[in-house]
Order: sequence, then C-alpha cells, then structure tokens
Amino acid sequence: MDLNFTPEETAFRDEVRAFLKDELPSEVADKVRAGRELTKADMERWHAILNARGWLAATWPKEHGGAGWNAVQRHIFEEECCLASAPRIVPFGLFMLGPVLIKFGSPEQQKAVLPRILDGSDWWCQGYSEPGAGSDLASLKTRAVRDGDHYVINGQKTWTTLGQHANKIFCLVRTSTEGKPQQGISFILVDLDTPGIEMRPIKLIEGGHEVNEVFFTDVRVPAENLVGEENQGWTIAKYLLTHERTNIAGVGFSVQAFEQLKSLAQQVRRGGKRLIDNPLFAARLAQIEIDLEAMKITNLRMLAEAQKNGAPGPESSILKIKGTVIRQALNDLSRRALGPAAAPFPSEDLEGNLAVAPADHARDAARYFNNRKISIFGGSNEIQKNILTKAMLEL
Amino acid sequence: MHFELTDDRRMLADTLNRFLTDTYGIEHRNKVAYEAPFHDPAKWAELAELGPLFALVPEEQGGFGGAGFDIATVFEPLGRALCPEPVLPALMAARLLAAAGEDLEPLLSGATRYAVALGETDAPYALEDIATEAAPAGEGWELTGRKSVVYGGNAAGKFLVAARAGDVIGVYEVDAEDAAVTGYGMIDGGGAAEVFLEKTKARQVLADAGAALQDALDFGALALCAEAVGAMDVTYDMTLDYLKTRKQFGRAIGSFQALQHRMVEMKTEIEQARSITILAASRMGTEEQSRTVSMAKNLIGRAAKLVAEEAIQMHGGIAMTWEYPASHYAKRLVMIDHQLGDTDHHLEKVMAGLQVA
Repeated sequence: MDLNFTPEETAFRDEVRAFLKDELPSEVADKVRAGRELTKADMERWHAILNARGWLAATWPKEHGGAGWNAVQRHIFEEECCLASAPRIVPFGLFMLGPVLIKFGSPEQQKAVLPRILDGSDWWCQGYSEPGAGSDLASLKTRAVRDGDHYVINGQKTWTTLGQHANKIFCLVRTSTEGKPQQGISFILVDLDTPGIEMRPIKLIEGGHEVNEVFFTDVRVPAENLVGEENQGWTIAKYLLTHERTNIAGVGFSVQAFEQLKSLAQQVRRGGKRLIDNPLFAARLAQIEIDLEAMKITNLRMLAEAQKNGAPGPESSILKIKGTVIRQALNDLSRRALGPAAAPFPSEDLEGNLAVAPADHARDAARYFNNRKISIFGGSNEIQKNILTKAMLEL
Repeated sequence: MHFELTDDRRMLADTLNRFLTDTYGIEHRNKVAYEAPFHDPAKWAELAELGPLFALVPEEQGGFGGAGFDIATVFEPLGRALCPEPVLPALMAARLLAAAGEDLEPLLSGATRYAVALGETDAPYALEDIATEAAPAGEGWELTGRKSVVYGGNAAGKFLVAARAGDVIGVYEVDAEDAAVTGYGMIDGGGAAEVFLEKTKARQVLADAGAALQDALDFGALALCAEAVGAMDVTYDMTLDYLKTRKQFGRAIGSFQALQHRMVEMKTEIEQARSITILAASRMGTEEQSRTVSMAKNLIGRAAKLVAEEAIQMHGGIAMTWEYPASHYAKRLVMIDHQLGDTDHHLEKVMAGLQVA
C-alpha cells in the first residue's frame, strides 16, 4: 500500500500545474471561481488552448488526436484544473460522443466527426431525456422511421445542456417497438440546421439558461448518421455511462469548494470574531473535511480498480452518490456562511461597488440551488442506489 | 386543551387565503417578485384594506390582534402564496413604534411603508454587534453606518434604524429620501436594500431599545416560522401530487418505497415544525418568548431545508425549472434561514438558555 503518486505521476502533476499557471486565462478563471456564467467564446478559448497542447481529448487514444492518458493521469489533470478554477471541458463531444465513435463508429464517421470536435468546428449536445423518460430513459418515445436513405425523426428531447451553443446533437431514438423497450433504441447524429428542429430555452431555478428542450418535427436525417447497428443504441448508451464515470465523484470540485469555503469563513465576521472561530460553524466545516478526505481515497481506490479491470464496476455508483452529497453540503455551508448576504439576486452591481457578499461569493446561493441538479442528472442518486442494490443483493 | 383557531382568526385566515388564491397566483407572484419594485404596490393597497396589518397589533394600539396566534394566522397564508409583500417589516416596525407609544395609523392603514434596518455586514443577526452610530445634532440626531440586506428597504418610505449611542442601542427613524438607499431583488423574490448613512438626519424613537428590538426580532422570527409552515404545506402537497401522477417504469413513482418513506419523513418534520410554531405563538408575551422563538426558528430552518431539498430531489429535473412552482417554494424555504437568525444563531441562543437555572 502506498498512497503517494509515483515519481512519474508527480512529474505529470507538476507539468499540468505549470501549464495551468501559464496558459489558463485569468479572466476566465475569475469567472469560474465566482460562479459567473461563461460565454461560448470563453469555453471555446479554453478548448483551443488545451487542444494546442494535445490535452483536450484526455480519454481518446493518441491515433485519434487524444492525450491517451490512463485513469490516474486523467484524475490528476481534472483535480488540478478544478484547483486552478479552469472551466469544465464541455463533455458532450469530447467525453461522450468521441469515445462512442471510437468504439462503435464507422471509419468514415470517425474521420468526419472527431477532428471537428477537437478543433472546435462542431459543438455537440445531447438528446437523451424526454419529458416522459427521465430516470426511466429506456421508455423514450422519439421515433426515427426509416424512409429510403433517411430516417424521419419526430418527438421531443429535454435537459439538453448548452444546446444553445451547439450545431449538432446526438440522440437516442426509438427505431422499434418490438420486445423490451431497451431493444428498440438507436443512436443517431443530427445536424441542428436540419429543417423541423426547434430549440427552446429552459430557465432554471436560479434564473440561468444552461438547458433546453429540442422539438423534432419530420426531421429527415441521412441513414449513414446512424452509429453502430439499428437498435444497438442502448448498448452504446450504457457504454457511455461507464465511460463517463471516472470523474463522477467530482472530488476536484469539492476540494476547490472546500478551500474557498475555508477562506470565506476566515473573512466573514460574527460577534467580533471570524466565523471559522465559531464552534458550531467550525464543527460543520470539519465534518465535511473528514468526509472529503475519505472520499479522496475512496475515489483513488476505485480509480486503481478501474485501471486494473478496464472499466469501473457498479461500486462507482458510490462515488456518484457520496461525491454529490459532499459537493452539495459544501454549497450549502457556503450559502449559510454568508448569512443575509447570500440572499440578493446575483447581479453585476452586487459584485462591484455595492458588494454585499465577499468577493467571489455573491453567487453562492445561486450555485447551491443550481447544484441541486447534480444528484438528479446522469442517473439520479435513487437510480444509483438501485444499481448498487441490484449488484449487492444479486437481483 | 384544544388546537382550534378562534372564529375571528379563522375568518381572517380564510379571507387572506381567498384573496391570495384569487388575485396572487404563482404566475402573478413570479412576475412581480423578481422585478423592481419586487412586489405589487396595487395589491399591497388591496391587502392592507383587508386589515391583516391591524391583526398584528393589540387593541390598545389601534389594532385587533397582536398575540402570537394572530401573527401566525396572518403569515401562514402569506407563506402558502409565497407573497412578496413587505408585511414582515410592517410587523416589526409596528412592534417598535408601539413600544414607543407612537401613532400606528399610517403604518396599519398601509399608507406609510416602513422597513426595519438592523443587520450589518459584520452583524447580520446579533443586536449587540451593531456598529452604526447615533450622535446628537441640534434638536435631533445623525446616524452614520451601513445597514445591509434591509428587507423591504427598496420600497420603504421610512426606516427604523438600530444604532448605538455609546453602549446603548436605540431606534431612530430616517426618511428614505434622507439616506442613500440602493434597492435590489432577492434570489427567492421580494426586495431589499443597502442603506448608507452618513451623518443622516434622524429622529429618536427609542433611546434604549434593547428590549423592544429583541421583542420585534422575536415577533419577526415567529412570523417567518408561520410563513415557512404555510410554504412547506404547499410544497408537500405539490410533491405528493407529483408522486401520485408521475409515471416511470410503468407505474406511479409514489409506488416506490424508497420515495414513500422519504415522504413520511418530510411529513413528520412539517408536523414538528407546525407544533414548535404553535408553541412559540403560545409563549409570546411570556418570559419564555425569546427562547421558544429561537427553538422554533432553529427547527424551522432544518425542516424547511429538508422539505425544499427533498421536494426538488423527488420531483427530479422538473423542480429545477423556473416554470415549475416548486422551485420558487424551495428557494423561499431555504432562504428563510437567512433572515433574522439562522439555525446556528438560534441554536446558540437555546444553548445559552441551558446554563440558566
């Protein structure tokens, strides 16, 4: 047992650190730290910087232009990025569609799509959930009917994250109603410029716009846009779900949030003392630190396991559940630490001269409300518990 | 022993509930609560005409209520409707003006809107930490300091400001036009303001206001508890309804035991919250007033957060949207803990009481 990184891993971490110090634009990092909304240009700028270094597609093999990193390297990179307040890499093209095409796509699809993800020509979004198919994704109803060289798509997708910036969408569609619902699903690529597609914004609880609804009315998509075989979509979706799981615990986000919270508790004053000197508050903070320290090791243990076995097992659901609970607890405590100063609706005024909350914390309540989503999306914590239950009780 | 409201109070609650249901639906509420002036002045006038403000003070001060249960009767319907009208500042101002024996008519009729400016950046909850200073100036007084997150301050005509003259904290009245007031909206709707005072002209209302301020804080916190109970009831009903109607995996999600038990926990905490609010209401005006209110505000803080978070989680994505009313209830329920003392602040007060006797 050795909890230390190997010398190679340490060297890699230092390399990542140095890169972030030199290359991460400070005005973008400032926005991330304060929880302000990033523009499309901010995200594209960061992607381009990473791509220039060959670090954008961490999970792709080198022959496709990826970094070819192993799980530990990816973990180190993700954690360092969080600590430096780098923007999250928009995952839909890079961590979702890319790996799917590398595994299931035709050589033509790989050639046509992958380079355009890397160089930013295309922005992909995801069409999975539907109003009637959330946790029960397999019940999705959006139909794709074969008509000569095309599929004709009708239906509605929802929770399409950052779809407002996208020009392409990958979708799960129903191509058959025979057998179990899982057996009639296909994975298809759609150009958002195709006639018959309408995207509408969904305003979220805290007022932000990051998700959308997408409506499909007689949308004709070339049949060659199908990925894999017809009715193989569920297998692809499940593959993607396992692939997504390396950063599922969000430990980097939590470490960063913890550091910010500790510093906040040193700035905020109550009763002539720093908030961190208040025993009740300090107890809450210490409790989270304990859970987080354990989480780091749980995460690394599962990472090592995944490295050995090729893919994470159902235990990775533990990471999703506990990881989101810890992140949400941190958001909760930041909000509380501010007292009444957390309550104003965030605006640029309130971050400038009129600041009510300490710098970088005017949006803590908004972040708390927005991050209630993390225990819902990507398979809610209830669904994760079902997955674990099935494995533990061998149901 | 019985837990029925008197006929008068039940009539008042019915009247308020009917008015709010008929004219202050969630769509209207969301339209006015998030845009300046962050409430509806026309509806405020209508509301005032119904008389709920008179229910906040006793007969000898020109009202027809003023007991703990009157406060709860008024604020529970306001919570059910997520009403952003500045009734809470009116209640607290009424307590302070009554303590000074002043004429309450302009306040109770709704003609003059008051905001009570207590909290400061480094003194959000505790009175003893207040730093704003009052100094005599000619016949009157001048105030210097900054009052932060003053609820209702964005639309107030007058401020009652807590300020210290030496070691003594008093209450001073400031006209809105004499102070530098910057209003803004709140994340859960409604408005507040930063109030900057720089040798600002003031009138002394109470020279030594320690007891009166604590009383106003107690009544304010009780009102927030009742408001939370109203909002929790609606959130619970909404969630229960969703569990019965939302189908996944071919059946209503309410048929899953994992959710059923959590619904029961939610219900249990709401009933506990209702009980502690009733207890606090019953102890207003007694020696146990402050400590019981602190108990209530602490429990409410915990219960309201649980209800808000569980309602969102059990709904799933839909309750994360602005369009779905549960999200607004969840925001209000969580943010009530940021007003007039949070769970920890009130826990400390209850802890301090353990040392006595």
